[in-house]
Amino acid sequence: MSEIAPKKTPLYEEHVRLGAKIVPFAGWLMPVQYTSIMEEHQAVRDNVGMFDISHMGQLVVAATPSSQKVGGEAAAATWLNTMLTNNIDKLDIGMGQYTFLLNERGGIIDDLIVYRTDEDTFLLVVNAARTEEDFAWLQSHLKAGRSPDRPSGGLPASAKPTAGGETAAPCTLANRSAEFGGVAIQGPRVVELFHALFGRDTEPPARNHIVDFPFDGTAVSVARTGYTGEDGVEVFFRATDAVKLWNAALEKGKTFGIKPCGLGARDTLRLEMCYPLNGSDLSPQRNPIEAGLGFFVDLTKPRFIGRDVLSRAKENGTKEKLVPFRMKEKGPPPRPHYAVFSGGCQSERIGEVTSGTISPSLNWGVGMAYVSSAHAKIGTEIDIEIRGQKFPATIEKKPLYKKSAS
Amino acid sequence: MNVPDDLLYTDTHEWIKREGDNVRVGITDHAQSELTDVVYVELPKMDRQANAKEAIAVIESVKAASDIYAPVKGRVVEVNKALEADAGLINREPYGQGWIFVLKIENPDDLKNLKDAAAYKTQIG
Repeated sequence: MSEIAPKKTPLYEEHVRLGAKIVPFAGWLMPVQYTSIMEEHQAVRDNVGMFDISHMGQLVVAATPSSQKVGGEAAAATWLNTMLTNNIDKLDIGMGQYTFLLNERGGIIDDLIVYRTDEDTFLLVVNAARTEEDFAWLQSHLKAGRSPDRPSGGLPASAKPTAGGETAAPCTLANRSAEFGGVAIQGPRVVELFHALFGRDTEPPARNHIVDFPFDGTAVSVARTGYTGEDGVEVFFRATDAVKLWNAALEKGKTFGIKPCGLGARDTLRLEMCYPLNGSDLSPQRNPIEAGLGFFVDLTKPRFIGRDVLSRAKENGTKEKLVPFRMKEKGPPPRPHYAVFSGGCQSERIGEVTSGTISPSLNWGVGMAYVSSAHAKIGTEIDIEIRGQKFPATIEKKPLYKKSAS
Repeated sequence: MNVPDDLLYTDTHEWIKREGDNVRVGITDHAQSELTDVVYVELPKMDRQANAKEAIAVIESVKAASDIYAPVKGRVVEVNKALEADAGLINREPYGQGWIFVLKIENPDDLKNLKDAAAYKTQIG
């Protein structure tokens, strides 16, 4: 990593004031926990919790006025559909979808949510650690005018159009991450808190939709989404409004048992749901098919970067698969990079853990691992090696935690 | 942070209580508060011989695994089996029911290398 000093979100001082333990994460100083990961996790499962997600990146892709005039069709949508795996055309205005940005080998550069905020304008909410890379990748493709349908032997990847001599780009790309702050408010009481913040008669957006609401003299964007498995919203606002919204939510949330929550609880909550974490479960060496996320890849699209590799992976199967597992006995928590072995007497190494913890909801060791596809079936017995000792586990179905009907 | 005056301490946040030829060992209030949410303890094997500063137990919180060191040279003569059922004792009663192991020490003079409460308080600020 470079020696650049980690950045502070607009809520940094609030975290310090609340006594959070601060850690460097993805180039940012972030709260890992305020009181206890267990308590914060439980607040989200039972009531409501709030996370600072200001570190996440916001990229905006919009049609240029000329492209709209000349093309007549949605130029930004058409171009983005060649960059992302899911199908943009399925999005009405105000809707979002989970999708992937892939390299030419089908490897995952980033997983993100793309919202259609206007007819031909899109907001991409991306991982903090990948924001610069995503931007550079998109920018290079936009500038080069390259798209995967170009005949091979065309522009070499390094060819940059000279200033003034470039072909008209179909759309513009802007990295607006520094302008925005964001919080995720998650938990079964989120709608009550939403009404307390935005008015009794204001309805929250429908699932996967994003809507702008007035808030205390400013405007904020509210998306009904999250990374916890609970009902929830992600709220984006100008960085200068961050403290105002954060404190209002904490104040009005008191009645509903709100807790500020750190990255620790965010990780245990997402892992119980088997939501992947980029950098742990996803990487440029892994494609969405082996990660078990083919649902977010639309192979009926004629072209997008990585399509050929994914199409073959889907047809022929992959060498390894990402699977959730649960320990068979109470014991030490599984952790990333622990080796996975096939169960039984002819034990051979079949893979590696990418995420693992003691699930606070289950009070039990759970995780996710890439294992060879021959051993990836649900119910397969495996062993996790922890400090030289093998502990039995079973491959499970997603999610690892299911809320009992209340 | 609670730092009892009648205990000895290590740089690595273990506390030591002298009990005749034995020492009882746990982790300090400061250490448990830094680790938070202890979910698993790997106890040392009975009768294991250990040198001072040798890692002989592991405490796992939700986020990470941390080694626990023998504060002085000795032999493990008792381990706290209650932690196998309830590792959270370390968070709730770090100086009481949350003790981890007892060592029979070889040389009481070794205890002179440990910190007193005042020195440990200075260390943790």
